[in-house]
Amino acid sequence: MEQLFTPEYIVSILLSGISLGGQLALIAIGYTMVYGILRLINFAHGDLFMVVGLMGIYVCAVLPTYAAIPIVILITMGLGFAIERAAYKPLRSAPRMSAMISAIGVSYLLQNTATYVTGGQPMTYPTIETLNRTINIMGTPTKLVVILTPALVLVLIVLLTQLINHTKIGMAMRAVSKDFETSRLMGIKINRVISTTFVIGSALAAVGAILYFTTYPAITPTSGSMPGLKAFVAAVFGGIGSIPGAVIGAFLIGICETIIKGLPSSWNVSVFSDAFTFALLIIILTCKPTGLFGEKATDKV
Amino acid sequence: MLQQKTNRKGAAGAVLGILALLLGVVLLENLSALIPGLPGVLQPTSQLFTVLKKGAVYALVVVSMNLLNGFTGLFSLGQAGFMLLGAYTYAIFTVPMDAKDQVYYLYGGSAVKFSLVDLFEGIFGTSGAGGGIALIFAVLTGLVLAGLVAALFAALIGLPVLRLKSDYLAIATLGFAEIIRAIFQWQTLGPITNGANMIKGFPTFADFNIKNSSGQVVLRLSTMVPFLVAAVCIALVVLLIRSSYGRAFKAIRDDEVAAEAMGISLFKHKMLSFVISSFFAGVGGGLFAMYVANAQAMVFTSTMTYEIMLIMVIGGIGSISGSVIGTFLYVACSEWWLRFLDAETYIGSFKVPLLRSGFRMVVFSVVIMIVVLFFSKGIMGEKELSWAMVRGFFQKLRPGKKAAPAEKKED
Repeated sequence: MEQLFTPEYIVSILLSGISLGGQLALIAIGYTMVYGILRLINFAHGDLFMVVGLMGIYVCAVLPTYAAIPIVILITMGLGFAIERAAYKPLRSAPRMSAMISAIGVSYLLQNTATYVTGGQPMTYPTIETLNRTINIMGTPTKLVVILTPALVLVLIVLLTQLINHTKIGMAMRAVSKDFETSRLMGIKINRVISTTFVIGSALAAVGAILYFTTYPAITPTSGSMPGLKAFVAAVFGGIGSIPGAVIGAFLIGICETIIKGLPSSWNVSVFSDAFTFALLIIILTCKPTGLFGEKATDKV
Repeated sequence: MLQQKTNRKGAAGAVLGILALLLGVVLLENLSALIPGLPGVLQPTSQLFTVLKKGAVYALVVVSMNLLNGFTGLFSLGQAGFMLLGAYTYAIFTVPMDAKDQVYYLYGGSAVKFSLVDLFEGIFGTSGAGGGIALIFAVLTGLVLAGLVAALFAALIGLPVLRLKSDYLAIATLGFAEIIRAIFQWQTLGPITNGANMIKGFPTFADFNIKNSSGQVVLRLSTMVPFLVAAVCIALVVLLIRSSYGRAFKAIRDDEVAAEAMGISLFKHKMLSFVISSFFAGVGGGLFAMYVANAQAMVFTSTMTYEIMLIMVIGGIGSISGSVIGTFLYVACSEWWLRFLDAETYIGSFKVPLLRSGFRMVVFSVVIMIVVLFFSKGIMGEKELSWAMVRGFFQKLRPGKKAAPAEKKED
C-alpha cells in the first residue's frame, strides 16, 4: 500500500490524466460547437472518432506515418462534412428530435459498417514511433504522447479561439449560435457556417483519436461510444455550447477518471471510473442546472 | 350518459381485441403441431416467434418511453437503466433455491435466501396444475416487483433530476443509467448481483409451454406470455393517457408555462409520469430477462436506450399504436427479414458481392436512415390507429375510389 502512493506514481497518474483530458477535450469541442450552433447532440461524433482510429490502421498499412496522419485528418474532415450534408441538412426545419435520431442513425451506420469491414475483430492500432518514445519526467518514465497531448491541445485551442474571435467565419459562427434566424436574415450563409463547424469539429476529433488510440491500441466498432459519451458529459459539465467550459470539463473528467483507475485494486472501485464521471455530472447539474459556464436560459412567456 | 355507454363499448371491444390477439398468437404457435407439414416459417424454431417475443417485450419498453417523451415531453434517456433494475430484480427473486449455488458459485451462494418460485411451490405444490399456478404467481410477483423497484429508483432519481430541462435532463438520466450499470457490476455486491457475471436459471417464456407426463410439449404458450403481459401493461398506459392525468401530461408537453398557469402541478405530474414510465420499463426489463434467459448488466448500455428511442421515433412520438407497430417492424426487419444478407450466397457459380456476416446490419442502418430522413414524423405521427384510418388506407389502395378527406394520412 505504501509503495503505491510514491511521488513518481502520483506524477504518472496526473500526467496520464491530463493527457486523457486533452484527448477528451478535442472531442468535446466538436460536441459543444455543433450544439452551440444547431442545438443538436451529435451522437455520431464518438463513432467518427472510432472511424478515425480504424482509418489510421488501414492508411498506415500503405503509407508512412508522416503522410498517413494528414491524410486521415483530411478524410475525417470530408466525412464530417458529408455526414452533415446527408443526415442533418435535410432536417433543418424538422423538430429537434428528428435531427437527434438522425444522429443516432448515423452512429448505427458507422458502427455497423465498421463491424462489417473489420469482421467484428478488435484491430490493433499501429505503433507510431515518435509518439511512443519514452522520456523521463521527474524520474517517471513517460511516453512522449502523454506530454505532447496537453501541449497540442493548448495550441489548437488558442488557434480555435483566434479563429472564432478574429475572423469573418468565426464572427459568423458566433452570430449563428446567438440567433439562428436573425443571422440568416442578416445575410450569413448558414449552411457554410454549419459545414465549417462540422469540418473543424471532425478535424479536432481526428487529432484526438490519433493521440487516444496510441495509449489504447485495440479498436472495436464500439470503442468510440464511451469516449464520445464522456466527451459529451465534459461538454455538458462545462455548460454545453461553451468552448472553454468543454475543455475544462474534459480535463477534470480525464484526471478524475485516471485517479480512480489508479486506486489500489484491493479497493474494488475501478468499475466506477465511468460511473464517477456521471455522478460528478449529476452533482454539478443539481447545483448549477446549465453547467459551469452555461448561459442561463431565460424563458420568454 | 351516451359518452359512458360508448366508453363501455370501447372498453369491451378492447378487451375482446386483446383476447382475440392472444388466441391468435397461441393458435399460430401451435399450428405446426395441429397440421403437420407446414412450411418452416410456422415451426416453433422459426425466427417468426423470436420476432414476436422480442417485439412484445420491446413494444412495452417503447410505449413506456413514449409515455415520458411523447406524452409528457420529458426527454429522458434512462430507459435501459430501469430495464436493468427490472431484469435484475426479477432474476434475483425468481432463481430457484436449488439453482442458486450453481449460479452464484463464485461468491459461495446467494445472499438472498428465498425465491418466489419456491415460495409459491410451497403453497400450490410442484407438479401438475399446482406447479403451473405456482409458476404463474412467481413470475407475476417477480414482474410486479421488478416494476416496483424500478419505480422506487425513479422516484429517488426524479427528485434531483426532474428540475433539469431538455438536454440536461437527458444526459443526467443517461448518467444515472450508467451509474446503475456500474453498481450492478461491482464485485462487492457479488452475492446479490453475481458481479459482472450473468444470472440465469430463473423461469423463462419456455417454462410456460405445457408438457405432458413424458416431457413432451403439448401446448406452446411461450409467445403468448410476453404478449399477455405487454398487452395488459400497454392497455394500462392507454387508460392513463386518456385520464385527466394524461391530459395534464399533454398540457405540460405542449406548454409548461401555460399548464402551470392552469393550475397543473408541474413537479407532481412530471414525477408521476417518470415513475409510471419507469415501472413499465422495469416490467419490460423483467420480460427482457425472460426473453434472453439471463440477466447481465453488460447489455443494458446507452446503445439500448438509443435503440428504444429510435423505435419510438420511427413509430411516431406521441402515438401508442405507432410505437407498437414500429417495434414489430423494427424487430422483424433487424432480426428476420434481412437475415439473408448475412449469408454468403451463390447464384450458380457467381458469388454475390458484399454479402457476408455483418452486411445485414449495414443495410438495416441505411434503411433506418432513409426512414428517419424521409418520414421524420414516423409511421403514425401523433395519431392512433383507428378503424377509420384502416378503412381509409384500403380505400386509397383501391383505384377509382377516393378516401374521405378526414381519413387521409399526412405525408
